[in-house]
Amino acid sequence: MLEVSGLNAWYGESHILHGVAFDVRAGEVVTLLGRNGAGKTTTMKSIMGLVPRRAGSIRCNGRETIALRPDLIARAGIGFCPEERGIFASLSVTENLMLPRVVAPGGLDLPTIYALFPNLKERAGSQGTKLSGGEQQMLAIARILRTGARLLLLDEPTEGLAPVIVQQIGRTIREIKARGFTVLLVEQNFRFAQTVADRHYVMEHGRVVDMIPNAQLGASMEKLHGYLGV
Amino acid sequence: MITIFGKPLLLLYGQLTLGLINGAFYALLSLGLAVIFGLLNIINFAHGALFMLGGFVAWALLEYLDIGYWPALVLAPLIVGVFGVVMEKTLINRLYKLDHLYGLLLTFGCALIIEGLARNEFGSSGVPYPIPDELRGPLDLGFMMLPAYRAWVVVAAAGVCLATWLVIEKTRIGSTLRAATENAPLVQAFGVNVPRLITLTYGAGVALAAFAGVLAAPIYSVNPNMGANFIITVFAVVVIGGMGSILGSIVTGFGLGILEGLTKVYYPQASATVVFMVMVIVLLARPAGLFGKA
Ligand SMILES: Nc1ncnc2c1ncn2[C@@H]1O[C@H](COP(=O)(O)OP(=O)(O)O)[C@@H](O)[C@H]1O
Ligand SMILES: [Mg+2]
Repeated sequence: MLEVSGLNAWYGESHILHGVAFDVRAGEVVTLLGRNGAGKTTTMKSIMGLVPRRAGSIRCNGRETIALRPDLIARAGIGFCPEERGIFASLSVTENLMLPRVVAPGGLDLPTIYALFPNLKERAGSQGTKLSGGEQQMLAIARILRTGARLLLLDEPTEGLAPVIVQQIGRTIREIKARGFTVLLVEQNFRFAQTVADRHYVMEHGRVVDMIPNAQLGASMEKLHGYLGV
Repeated sequence: MITIFGKPLLLLYGQLTLGLINGAFYALLSLGLAVIFGLLNIINFAHGALFMLGGFVAWALLEYLDIGYWPALVLAPLIVGVFGVVMEKTLINRLYKLDHLYGLLLTFGCALIIEGLARNEFGSSGVPYPIPDELRGPLDLGFMMLPAYRAWVVVAAAGVCLATWLVIEKTRIGSTLRAATENAPLVQAFGVNVPRLITLTYGAGVALAAFAGVLAAPIYSVNPNMGANFIITVFAVVVIGGMGSILGSIVTGFGLGILEGLTKVYYPQASATVVFMVMVIVLLARPAGLFGKA
């Protein structure tokens, strides 16, 4: 579904990604783990075409997207949930929800989305940024389920949230996996990652340095502690 | 004679009307500037010249094609809007990665060129444009006589401002525009063709200026300075209302027009500077403007 190889990315003069390579198969939940500053967010943004300069190859459903504009990448069937959540203050909850363009048939309809996220229905008319942090994260995930995109990029959806909310996000990710979505998930919290993912890639200094199937995560704890410095 | 604070009532009404009309132009022009600034981050110094161009296009339609006021009210904004689209696509879109100052310099240069060409072609005194037959003559409001055309200008400007506000606040294209004003790259990552949205927004803002230019043509005659006369005050209106604020530019535009009118009655010496005094006070008290977000 997604094949990244030889991906390099730059912010101005700083060369951030150095030949990142990994792949995500249809229906999988795959994480990118790594310390702060390892290049996880930059990898996500590079996939969406949101970095100033990038090179290499990113194939989505067999189609090369490295040279495409962000709106055309989205239309290739990718939904993006950014690290800072990206809820728009000047838009209501409903307007935020309806903002991303439908890129393919088969997205979830509104009743299904409201069934998954009941809070959003209650707060439909509120200003987007008046929601709690957890509700904003739900909204950021909900709005890309509508579009028909089958590959979702979630950048640290649990960051800074209370444990009950983290559990709810975990249930949501398992639910969307069950509905056949493919997910690339950035996480710092590998205990959480373990509860939702099939495979884990580890990033260090702008490179993918390891791949650990979820079943072997328990056995690889020592190695992982080394990578993540926890 | 009836007086209010020692001034004849009719004088007051007269100046209030003039103020309201100026306010109508301030509101239309600053609205376009606000929409453009919000999304493009460019202070469109060509706005006054494009306002004038609207007037000249209306004049040319009448002179050469015998197309009258009412069709011109739609056609001239469309034609100038297309001109704006071409300007954005060929010139302005090269500047987005650069400092604000470049956009300001470029659009200022465009204004000088457009106004210079108009001056060469028509001379400084310009050309007259007739009031449409339907709106000749006065309107009896009971307490005063009001030239029908002036009443129309206020109503038309208020209507277009309201319609623009409704489009921005209540429609999907409006919510997309607001979102792109906040965070354009993310909106693009949601599948929206943002470069095209930017081009169309510039075209629409410019069309608003041209619409104002057609409204102004029968009042001021069409002349190369008509934009320059307004635009300095309009920039003050934009600063007072809050850069990029839609509602701010509408309310401030009409409000300051009326304030200018009142000043002409009660303290005429300050009528040319009152807007700038308000600007200084607002900048000191609320640097983001009356309706701006800090
Ligand atoms: N906008 C930017 N400009 C310059 N450098 C950046 C920018 N964003 C991130 N970086 C740098 O890129 C590196 C990778 O950052 P990031 O991808 O955000 O890491 P992660 O998401 O893994 O914590 C860091 O060294 C960071 O300082
Ligand atoms: Mg990050």
